[in-house]
Amino acid sequence: MTEPILEVRALNKSFGPVHVLHDVDLAVHAGQVTALVGDNGAGKSTLVKCIAGITPIDSGEIRFAGRPVTIDGPRAASRLGIEFVYQDLALADNLDIAQNMFLGREYRRWGFVSDGEMERRAREILAGLAVRTVSSVRQVVASLSGGQRQTVAIARAVLWESKVVFLDEPTAALGVAQTRQVLDLVRRLADQGLGVVLISHNLNDVLSVADRVAVLFLGRLAAEVRTSDTTITQVVELMTSGRSGDLGLTPTTADEGI
Amino acid sequence: MTTRTTAPATGAGPTGLEDRPGGFSLDVERRGVAGAARDYWTRLRSGEPGALPSIVGLVLLAAIFAAVSPRFLTLNNVGNLPGQGAYIAIIALGLVFVLLLGEIDLSAGTAGGLCAGLAAQALNVHGLRHGIPGAAAVYWIVVVAMVALAALGFWLRSITGPVLVLVGVLITLVGLDAHVVPAIVFAVALGAAIGILNGWLVAVIGIPSFVVTLALFLAWQGVLLFALNSQPIGVNAFPVWFGLAHGNMSPTWSWVFTLVVTGGYVLYTVARSLRARARHLAADALPLALLRGLGVVAVGVAVTAFASRNRNTNPFRVIDGLPWALTTPVVLMIVCTIALRRTTWGRHLFATGGSAEAARRAGIDVTHIRVTAFTVCSAFGALGGVFLASTTGGAQLDLGAGNILLFAVAAAVIGGTSLFGGRGRPRDALIGALVIVIIPNGIGLRPSLPPSYQTVITGAVLLVAAGVDALSRRRAALGRS
Repeated sequence: MTEPILEVRALNKSFGPVHVLHDVDLAVHAGQVTALVGDNGAGKSTLVKCIAGITPIDSGEIRFAGRPVTIDGPRAASRLGIEFVYQDLALADNLDIAQNMFLGREYRRWGFVSDGEMERRAREILAGLAVRTVSSVRQVVASLSGGQRQTVAIARAVLWESKVVFLDEPTAALGVAQTRQVLDLVRRLADQGLGVVLISHNLNDVLSVADRVAVLFLGRLAAEVRTSDTTITQVVELMTSGRSGDLGLTPTTADEGI
Repeated sequence: MTTRTTAPATGAGPTGLEDRPGGFSLDVERRGVAGAARDYWTRLRSGEPGALPSIVGLVLLAAIFAAVSPRFLTLNNVGNLPGQGAYIAIIALGLVFVLLLGEIDLSAGTAGGLCAGLAAQALNVHGLRHGIPGAAAVYWIVVVAMVALAALGFWLRSITGPVLVLVGVLITLVGLDAHVVPAIVFAVALGAAIGILNGWLVAVIGIPSFVVTLALFLAWQGVLLFALNSQPIGVNAFPVWFGLAHGNMSPTWSWVFTLVVTGGYVLYTVARSLRARARHLAADALPLALLRGLGVVAVGVAVTAFASRNRNTNPFRVIDGLPWALTTPVVLMIVCTIALRRTTWGRHLFATGGSAEAARRAGIDVTHIRVTAFTVCSAFGALGGVFLASTTGGAQLDLGAGNILLFAVAAAVIGGTSLFGGRGRPRDALIGALVIVIIPNGIGLRPSLPPSYQTVITGAVLLVAAGVDALSRRRAALGRS
């Protein structure tokens, strides 16, 4: 297997006396969807915030494309090509799709915003992702459905030659058909060579789209398995007890957490 | 006043998604005249009435007042409307920037009164550096405060506003404010300084804008008394200042103005349509662009043609040409529209008003946007105060106080600007101001109608405008769910 595009090694993070992340390892490979699952409080959000540079890490190493990097803020993450799509999508309702996709990074010509260029590029990006659910990039976001909004948010994240995209619960608020569309989009992102990290509670989604599943249990990485080698039951066991058969934490470590 | 300077950049597509084919067929489709009419109808039905309610209201009110008094629709009376309402239009223009953020500036009126009052005092004493009679310390407090606020503005990563403030300081320090035009520039600069203060208190300190500006609304009235030394100062003796609300461009220059503005608009829309077609972008087809442009030209030519006739009822003096009180707000409206629709700053301001969190995550400096919006608002407030002094003949002790600010807010809202932020256009301010000013004008023409009707009718119009807006939005929300 090739070297991971983004790799976290032995990451530790404490909030005061509470040790939230214990020696967590995570590898994100280009062209693959890595699912990050875990029960509430397992440390998923903290791990993502550490990688995003929102919370500083206590110890451990983050390697990007084989080199150790320091991420000290969201902008540092964007500079490396790591983008995050958070659960609340952070789109401006009163702007249209193209304007939202380029928000904060508008194309300019003679000092004025060049809406035409942005419109063309937005259309290219959406077409490249084979998005067929949006009829015009000139639609106001307020008029879009949840799935369409998610699509716009994801498309915005991949607009800037990004290498790794973190998606936080992208299907949480969606209906069946829209969930399918968003998962297809997630798959296509990986097929285009991005490293995708999918954070989700919905194991059906996870197993249908992810290549690998990393299970967090009480701040520890219980296991990282290939989707093809695992079942929902096994993942549920890993999420709830930290171990499943030979997989997972040693019994003593797992019990220690409880 | 109904000049349309923005093509509907946003929301050009209908919201009915289900009856559209997938893909991007709509993007490269040329929107023709029929398509535009259909889109407009869809937008009306989906709760975006745009300027329609205010224009319908304007026509209704005009019809009522025309029935009430035969003098209402005379050239003379209609020609007076801009002079009576320009200050509301200008203050409302500035308010649009703040309302777009979902904030409010209650102090724009009294701040404008203070700025105009100081400018009048400067002319009165031949330069403020000679000292304000009876309140010598006020001058140095103003200068030091302006320098400090300019520094604060620079620190908040703003540039244009603080530079304007420093220009104002320079004007008064070298004594140029003994002349009318520099004195007005000084007033606007002082307004910008006040705006930086508002923006800082709201965006950095975190006091709700309603409270900040309510406090300053009260405070500036007292400061104005210091600035005027409790003596009203007339400005009718200064032709430029008097002319702002009472003067007209010569008919020749009026035609030049109309041709430049409307012709520029036609060129812009047509060029836009052609360029979009060449580059396969969504845009209005050429006939639609031409139709829209010719509509604007027709309105402009009609207004100018009427304005070019002598409208004085007194045979000894000719009054003709476009009033400065009309052309100034129109030019300001065009500048504001370009700033809001075509610059990154304007785009970021809309985004901040739509969702401050989204804007922040997109890397937009939300604090900077807030501070600059308040700066623009107060600077326009100052210019509005100058126009107000021109309309009323001078700097009274209560210049800019009372209902003026509330009328300006009402003008913006009647025009279609939302108090919740994210939605509004500069042209709303002008149309709304026309609605606001037509009411006292019409009532004043019928002496048997007591003036007490004025505020009642204005209030009713505002309620109806807000009601139409709320109902159409609710209908839109029901339609979507």
